[in-house]
Amino acid sequence: MSASTRLVAALAAMAMAQGSAWGADDGAELQRLRTQLQELQKDYDARLKALEQRLQRAEAAQAAQAAQAAPSAAPPVAAAAPAPAVAAAATPPPVAAPATAATSAPTAANAFNPALSLILSGGYGSFSQDPQTYHISGFLTGDEIGPGVRGFSLGESELGISASVDPWFSGSMNLSVESDNSVSVEEAYVDTTALPGGLRLRAGRFLSAIGYENSKHAHTWDFVDAPLVYQAFLNGALQQDGVQLSALLPTDRFIELGAGLGAGGPYPSSGDNRSKPGTATLFAHTGGDVGLDSSWRAGASLLWASADGRESDAYDAGGTATATQFSGTSRTVIVDGIWKWAPNGNPQRTNFKLQGEYFWRNETGALTYDPAAAAVTDRYRAVQGGWYGQAVYQFMPAWRLGARYDRLNIGNVDAGANDANLFLPGYSPSRATVMLDWSPSEFSRWRLQYANDRARYGLTDNQWLVQYQVSLGSHGAHDF
Amino acid sequence: MNMKRTLFGFVTALLLCNAPAAHAALKVMACEPEWGALVQELAGDKAQVYVATSGLQDPHHIQARPSLVAAARNTELLVCTGAELEIGWLPVLIRQSGNNAIQSGKPGYFEAAAYVHKLEVPERLDRADGDVHAAGNPHIQTDPRNITLVAQALTQRLAELDPANAAAYKARGDDFLQRWQAAIVRWQQQAAPLRGTTIVLQHKAFPYLQQWLGLVEVAVLEPKPGVEPTSSHLSEVLAGLKTKPAKLIVRAAYNDGRGSDWLAERTKLPVVVLPFTVGGDEQAKDLFSLFDDTIARLLKAIVP
Repeated sequence: MSASTRLVAALAAMAMAQGSAWGADDGAELQRLRTQLQELQKDYDARLKALEQRLQRAEAAQAAQAAQAAPSAAPPVAAAAPAPAVAAAATPPPVAAPATAATSAPTAANAFNPALSLILSGGYGSFSQDPQTYHISGFLTGDEIGPGVRGFSLGESELGISASVDPWFSGSMNLSVESDNSVSVEEAYVDTTALPGGLRLRAGRFLSAIGYENSKHAHTWDFVDAPLVYQAFLNGALQQDGVQLSALLPTDRFIELGAGLGAGGPYPSSGDNRSKPGTATLFAHTGGDVGLDSSWRAGASLLWASADGRESDAYDAGGTATATQFSGTSRTVIVDGIWKWAPNGNPQRTNFKLQGEYFWRNETGALTYDPAAAAVTDRYRAVQGGWYGQAVYQFMPAWRLGARYDRLNIGNVDAGANDANLFLPGYSPSRATVMLDWSPSEFSRWRLQYANDRARYGLTDNQWLVQYQVSLGSHGAHDF
Repeated sequence: MNMKRTLFGFVTALLLCNAPAAHAALKVMACEPEWGALVQELAGDKAQVYVATSGLQDPHHIQARPSLVAAARNTELLVCTGAELEIGWLPVLIRQSGNNAIQSGKPGYFEAAAYVHKLEVPERLDRADGDVHAAGNPHIQTDPRNITLVAQALTQRLAELDPANAAAYKARGDDFLQRWQAAIVRWQQQAAPLRGTTIVLQHKAFPYLQQWLGLVEVAVLEPKPGVEPTSSHLSEVLAGLKTKPAKLIVRAAYNDGRGSDWLAERTKLPVVVLPFTVGGDEQAKDLFSLFDDTIARLLKAIVP
């Protein structure tokens, strides 16, 4: 621009000079001026060419820089060396490119792989009574109860896979690999993420949200084994194949209400060939904070289950098992509560947890005793209950001490003609447990547990357990 | 039969309870106090701010408490640090809230760390290295120049979510940035004597502050990020300080003081407890006083 302006100015000056030269009228002078003009033109041509070349080079360099900078655009301000630049601070630094631009690595085929987590666990058990004949006197339970096996054992290895499906759903699966090489699908569900009004719908197989501990995976338990009420009334935990709808109310206090429907099969229901659901749940949870240090959650749940030939073993006073089949309706009420304390709400150094649940169950229907031989069938009405309370104290970083007490109430059982067959002592099965665990990081935990187990009438089982649990891969955040 | 009717009534009641509540101010939930303070500066009474954590809590380790889930349920904008700082609790809040507006990727989900250049991005990701963050060190709020970058982006986000008040956010944002730039100039002048000061850190919580003020890190009390100081590691640090001396021991208000006190007793070095965020101590009441107090505490410690 300035070069061309100067050229025009030079030509104008030249013309003026020429004009005055005409007056002087001299051919030699004219020739001299022409030569000068030609030289000037050559000079400016060369300069223009040089300028053009510089411009092209600069443009090319800029393009190359932009191409390089795209994958890792480093905003100049934060990256710059901390100069004592008063002037630099006075001018607002430019906004950095958002993270999407700043970290966009080339997309690989595995970029959308779901999050994977793996829990490995195992341990050692020593029991003064035979764990293979473990039962809870007076209760017709499922078959997944008891403290485990003697000696070294591999616990369940849990493989979790989860990811967003699309803007409307997310999916998750939990596979449990048992030490006997069997694989079971613990959970496999789809969650909605875009329903309005705080609503969430879950479909698939899932651990029901009833109670407090029901939906917790084994690796988040504070003790090696589940509370006795969970073992006696839910065969460990209620797993539903179906749907669960929950809603978080738009209140300042946390209030969650929900309901679930599931196929018949999981204890206390039993498998049948009907399209009617075998289990239905209703649950309500609420909770809040008390000051900075404490927080709590409380809940109440209802479980309705339909049993059609549900199989359980009935144990006599000597511990001999006889098969039974129950058909009828089972209703369970659960009341749960947990209170957590941590100084300033900062649980890293010390924290304390108090947790308890109460179960009450009413079963009505018919019971067949020893279906393969005697096959005595008569009415069965049982109103039974139980509770546990536990406290866990982290007294220094990584170290926790816990105590738990379980108690069941055999309650009122009216089995008609089977009253004589069922062994229903005036006895309350109970268990007292203490544990000490050490977690050098969030990803590993070592635990020693002792339990004085009196679930079996007249027998005391001293149970010693050592357990390790480690977590590999992307480990999701835990619920309250 | 009876069960079915109960269930139906229950679900109907649920749906009725969920009529959207009318609101005046934009409901904002800030994961950390510094972002709560920033929203307050940028939005004033146009926003109703809920701060999820306090200055005395470790933002890595927060429990997904029912109160936080309820707050996330009702919020329209979530302002968090990101860079995996809240990975142990925020995903639970977002999932349990059932609030579509704050799901990751929505305009109602704002990650401050996305707008600044992060330091200490690990070369390799292995849990054997402790609690490392793949995206880099997330404690970005200790450099006020990062606050500038976040404030600019957050002003835009507020205007996007609440277009009716866009002009107000723009005006407040401009005003804040002007005051903030002036404050940065002042802080840099005040902090000039701190340049080159050697420090021992409890947790790698201040790389951005160190870079800004030119503090030189000599040792870290945590053997690995997020692992509590062990006695053997503390002894190593003590031995190392004989060859590479330091002038100060620095920790954040939320850190446990035992490790740094142990070292201070043996080295006679002053321990500087920095507020780390708004509310970390009594003086750090807002973003301005946070840096006033941070620099004042450091200066006080190096003046003999």
